[in-house]
Amino acid sequence: MNRDWSELSPILWESVRETLYIVGVTVGSGGLLGLVLGVLLYATRRGNLLENVVVFSILNVAVNVVRPIPFIIFITAVGPVTLAVVGTTIGNDAVIFAMSIMATFVTARIVEQNLVATDPGVIEAARAMGASRLRILVTVLVPEALAPLILGYTFLLIGIVDMSALAGYVGGGGLGNFAIVYGYQRFNWEVTLVTVLVIIGMVQLAQLLGNWLARKALHR
Amino acid sequence: MAPVISFQDVSKVFGSGAGAVRAVDGVTLDIEAGEIFGVIGYSGAGKSTLVRLVNALETVTSGRLLVDGQDVTALGEGRLRRVRAGIGMVFQQFNLLNSRTVAGNVAYPLKVAGWPRERRAARVAELLDYVGIADKAKAYPRQLSGGQKQRVGIARALATSPRILLADEATSALDPDTTQDVLALLRRVNRELGVTVVVITHEMDVIRSIAHRVAVMEAGKVVEHGPVYDVFAAPRERATRRFVATTLKDRPTPEALDRLRHRHPGRIVTVAIRENGAGSGVDVTAALRAHGVDGTIVFGGITELDERPFGSLTLELTGSDAAISALIADLRGRTDVDDLGTAAVAGVRA
Repeated sequence: MNRDWSELSPILWESVRETLYIVGVTVGSGGLLGLVLGVLLYATRRGNLLENVVVFSILNVAVNVVRPIPFIIFITAVGPVTLAVVGTTIGNDAVIFAMSIMATFVTARIVEQNLVATDPGVIEAARAMGASRLRILVTVLVPEALAPLILGYTFLLIGIVDMSALAGYVGGGGLGNFAIVYGYQRFNWEVTLVTVLVIIGMVQLAQLLGNWLARKALHR
Repeated sequence: MAPVISFQDVSKVFGSGAGAVRAVDGVTLDIEAGEIFGVIGYSGAGKSTLVRLVNALETVTSGRLLVDGQDVTALGEGRLRRVRAGIGMVFQQFNLLNSRTVAGNVAYPLKVAGWPRERRAARVAELLDYVGIADKAKAYPRQLSGGQKQRVGIARALATSPRILLADEATSALDPDTTQDVLALLRRVNRELGVTVVVITHEMDVIRSIAHRVAVMEAGKVVEHGPVYDVFAAPRERATRRFVATTLKDRPTPEALDRLRHRHPGRIVTVAIRENGAGSGVDVTAALRAHGVDGTIVFGGITELDERPFGSLTLELTGSDAAISALIADLRGRTDVDDLGTAAVAGVRA
């Protein structure tokens, strides 16, 4: 066993690096696009700043259709699009593309749900000061909901770590791939366990960071 | 001088068809520059909607609404934003931005108005000093008391030097002492800065403390309006009487009247005491003496409204029926008299 680890640990660290890369890029792109989509979803709802039944309905349906698809099926389902955009359907970049799309829709709903709780009085106050609707969305709505949004993004991050484990299935790397190739397929339970512990450690760190940032954002 | 806000048969309808609600119903009202104008009504009377029409947070359904001589019902969103920027507003729940410091909140309308950073900082410092919370500039709203929050709200509303300040139940979430502090601040804003203040409230004491003129709203309509003393010293509408009763419990409730009748078999009348009326109550004794009627004061209260006497006394009158009738007729020439009758012929109200 010990002999194995001297050989495996560089691969494990490389996998950690790959997972961080996949998750980082996905959270960055999907998180940002999802924020825009989520704000739009909130703002176009009836009675809100950019009330627009058509836009809202389209976004709402899109989110509801994409979100429940199991990710392992989603990867293959968007294959043609991935091929057209990334040029290949295998490897980390292909997986990042599929994950970013899924993350966008998941984030959109998380963002929308957190914005709903924003005090409408604050938005009214900003309107009374003559602020434009776009300015209110960017400088009032999002900052006011920052603490719950941070917690929402932490939740999202953990979901994305979960999704990234499937990268191995389509020729990508990362911890999921490592656990499957060196643990599951070699009947090496110890490798699986170590990988799980590493993932738990990463998720814990992310959660602690998220909680700390959210607390700071509350300004109590 | 032209009124600074002029409602001309203004209505606001929410919804349509059978579910439509006329929140504001044919209101015609002028608010003069430099006054503190109170709008009093119970919740649902339409007063919050009325005030939101002024800065176009709600759109007028029909009628004309002139603000500073400009018909706001005819303006597009871009122009309306400029009108709004010239009107300050404070809210019952303060509506401060929790994500910004006190200074950040006061600076926000200045940013919206495009002030450069250096001028903003100076203006914010000046405003916080004016409302007396300069030491809280770096605090966040969640760290402040209700009264402090409302001071920030007022400073923020005054940031761009508006000519009009709308106060929507600005003191309703505050305790009585803090309420007086905030009302004093609003009075100072009116007197020192010449800002026209429109105060929306369901509390009679707020009107009594600061308003020069008042409008009483009920079911979307202004049922009575005029100088505060005139409206409340001689209330014509039931809603107005009920508000008067909340500030001065000078008239017996039906239950109290039953108990009075039990104790006092004679004719019971309530005589309004007010300026130009039965004076200070001495007139009542003089009238009693002149008509040879005995009177026992059984209920009542006299206070001041707008620094003038205001209240009523309820008396049990004993004497001949003819003398009592002559006395009542005499008093009615000078003030309002409610003839509550005797236990035998209860409820002969004037």
